[in-house]
Amino acid sequence: MKILNATLIVCALATIGTATAEARDLTVVSWGGNYQDAQRKIYFEPFAKQAGKPVLDESWDGGYGVLQAKVKAGVPNWDAVQVEAEELALGCADGIYEKVDWDKLGGKSKFLPAAVSDCGVGAIVWSTGISYDGDKLKQAPASWADFWDTKKIPGKRGLRKGAKYALEFALMADGVAADEVYSVLATPEGVDRAFKKLDELKSNIVWWEAGAQPLQLLSSGEVVMTTAYNGRISGLNRSEGKHFGFVFPGSIYAIDSWVVLKDSPNKDTAMDFIAYASKADNQSKLPEYIAYGLPNIEAGKLVPAKFQTELPTSPDNLKRAISLDVDFWTDNSEALTQRFNAWLAQ
Amino acid sequence: MNQPRLGKQLISLALVAPLLLFLIVFFALPLVTMIKSAVSDPVAARTLPATARSVSSWDRTSPPTVEMQAAFVADLRQISDDQLFGDLVRRLNSAKSGFRTLMPKTRKAALDTAGSIDLVALDKRWGDISYWQAVSVAASSRITDRNLLAAVDLQRDASGAIASLPADASANKAIMLRTFVMALTVTGACILIGFPFAMIAASVDGWKRQLLLGAVLLPLWTSLLVRTAAWFILLQDRGLINSVLMQSGVTSSPIPLIFNRAGVIIAMTHVLLPFMVLPIFSVLIGIPKNLMPAAASLGAHPVRAFLNVLLPLGLRGVVSGSLLVFMSALGYYITPALIGGAKDQMISSVIAYYATGAANWGMAGALGLVLLAATMILYAIYLRLSSERETSP
Repeated sequence: MKILNATLIVCALATIGTATAEARDLTVVSWGGNYQDAQRKIYFEPFAKQAGKPVLDESWDGGYGVLQAKVKAGVPNWDAVQVEAEELALGCADGIYEKVDWDKLGGKSKFLPAAVSDCGVGAIVWSTGISYDGDKLKQAPASWADFWDTKKIPGKRGLRKGAKYALEFALMADGVAADEVYSVLATPEGVDRAFKKLDELKSNIVWWEAGAQPLQLLSSGEVVMTTAYNGRISGLNRSEGKHFGFVFPGSIYAIDSWVVLKDSPNKDTAMDFIAYASKADNQSKLPEYIAYGLPNIEAGKLVPAKFQTELPTSPDNLKRAISLDVDFWTDNSEALTQRFNAWLAQ
Repeated sequence: MNQPRLGKQLISLALVAPLLLFLIVFFALPLVTMIKSAVSDPVAARTLPATARSVSSWDRTSPPTVEMQAAFVADLRQISDDQLFGDLVRRLNSAKSGFRTLMPKTRKAALDTAGSIDLVALDKRWGDISYWQAVSVAASSRITDRNLLAAVDLQRDASGAIASLPADASANKAIMLRTFVMALTVTGACILIGFPFAMIAASVDGWKRQLLLGAVLLPLWTSLLVRTAAWFILLQDRGLINSVLMQSGVTSSPIPLIFNRAGVIIAMTHVLLPFMVLPIFSVLIGIPKNLMPAAASLGAHPVRAFLNVLLPLGLRGVVSGSLLVFMSALGYYITPALIGGAKDQMISSVIAYYATGAANWGMAGALGLVLLAATMILYAIYLRLSSERETSP
């Protein structure tokens, strides 16, 4: 009996021990790679210094279920997270994010209208498009038709593993005009057409998942072209002297947002952090490291002219690019992903 | 007389209590939760009680009645918990794409206006009967076989009969089969490499044995991710293996070793080899060393001595090693994800998508359950075969 009691006491103590462990430091989660390195330099470290408290940073590869599970489990172990537009829409509808205190950020009017939401603050405008190694490829690809043309440019291609982006790019390669992509994709025939086009390239595709992978695939020569996030490409060019190119026509841009997970123990600090990272003079430092567009309108104006041309938000780059249709993907993501996985397995 | 015995029983119970607690918390509870999440489907019945009553008399083929629409709007007005509403939307959208944008729009309209709402005028999708069928199916039952059926590429059609999903819509069966084939291949490769290795390790001693065992144990102490990343570097087109082959003139162009099945099998075999070598080694080391010379002295050829003496005695180690390797290989995720191509992904990647990507825990649980059931059947067959062998003369 004594032993049983002792066991119970030990168990109870262990539980209390973990529950009353020291309050966790602010944990900020972003997309890793050279993008997060830049964020660490211009946001995380200066904010930690200013607040006098350490800031932990982790990286993730997306997935709404990850966030939902963390919130449903009770007290989440992440505070501020950078999410894609789809995760913002889903989570805001489900109530897994704290409401944004826009007064802390200086009001909604300071930001691009698309970057404003009840639950999130736009962090970057980023593009996904074709990138290639300018040192190895004499003839640069200009369109998705070129990406699909393995006779003109032989070699493997990298694509982000998933229905999102792959289907849109396939339709553009098949001759659908950029601004009609989503109306075609909304029909069953359009989906069939996209998968048929993907079939043509299937044996030449290397699939990637994390944003840092395509850079590695291009550097090692494993692929001759790949889809990639534009900011990482220019970031690598600057830090390692590469000559990677990025094709803006036919690219798809989207907005990533900062959110604070519901019931986060550091929610006030997290909101302060987001306000810090959204300040015009802090945000305008980002394009020097990584060429993403800035949701803070004032910050966009502060960016030096030499970096402006690389941003997805510059008028020239916006011309033939399209915006990701978030509504389409929140509705169709599960069904199309299921079909995409089945197609992959065949 | 009774008192001390009770005390002793309590003490022994207390001694195994940590183990029992561990088993309950880390094995039984998750298993029960997984089974429950695979078949329970209470969210629509809970959030749409009035709709559930009014659809019970609907034949699911005629246009939705006015009462059904009114009941649905009334139910939407009752939902105050956003997360619960999110669960409902996710459940419905998983059955029919489109609810994701339709539901918040409808709920907003229901909360903004007090009277009755013309749903079809609000959004023309409500005029499509398939949306109402999805609502009706979801609201009328608290348990479902939908996930379990979908896990093996089946579904219920409009009349409720079980039918297979269109061939291009789902490939769970094919991926499940591939998982078993890959696990078997890795097990086979581990036996082919592990048995001779264990034989050599058991036949030498001193520093040689330490060196051989160290070669097996050292990788075991390294993180799985690190070992997989190392293989990534070795196997790629301009990696160490292909550079050596090309420089030595064996091939002129790189052999494709990465993003295909060969690469995954090589990496998984390396990662799982210790689980094969160690059980075989521990069995072989217990076999008296004079058996093989004895067989030779009776005139047996070394091959025959091996087949008739050493192999049967070492078989116990092979069997337990195979079980360890096979079961571990079934759940592999990170190695196929990094080294494999699209056709080398195992069922765990599909489960991971449903759990972390789609937040569809029901589907993730159902796939896990099917994998568990298939594994149990294989294990039962193994038990049956091994007990038959032991009882036969």
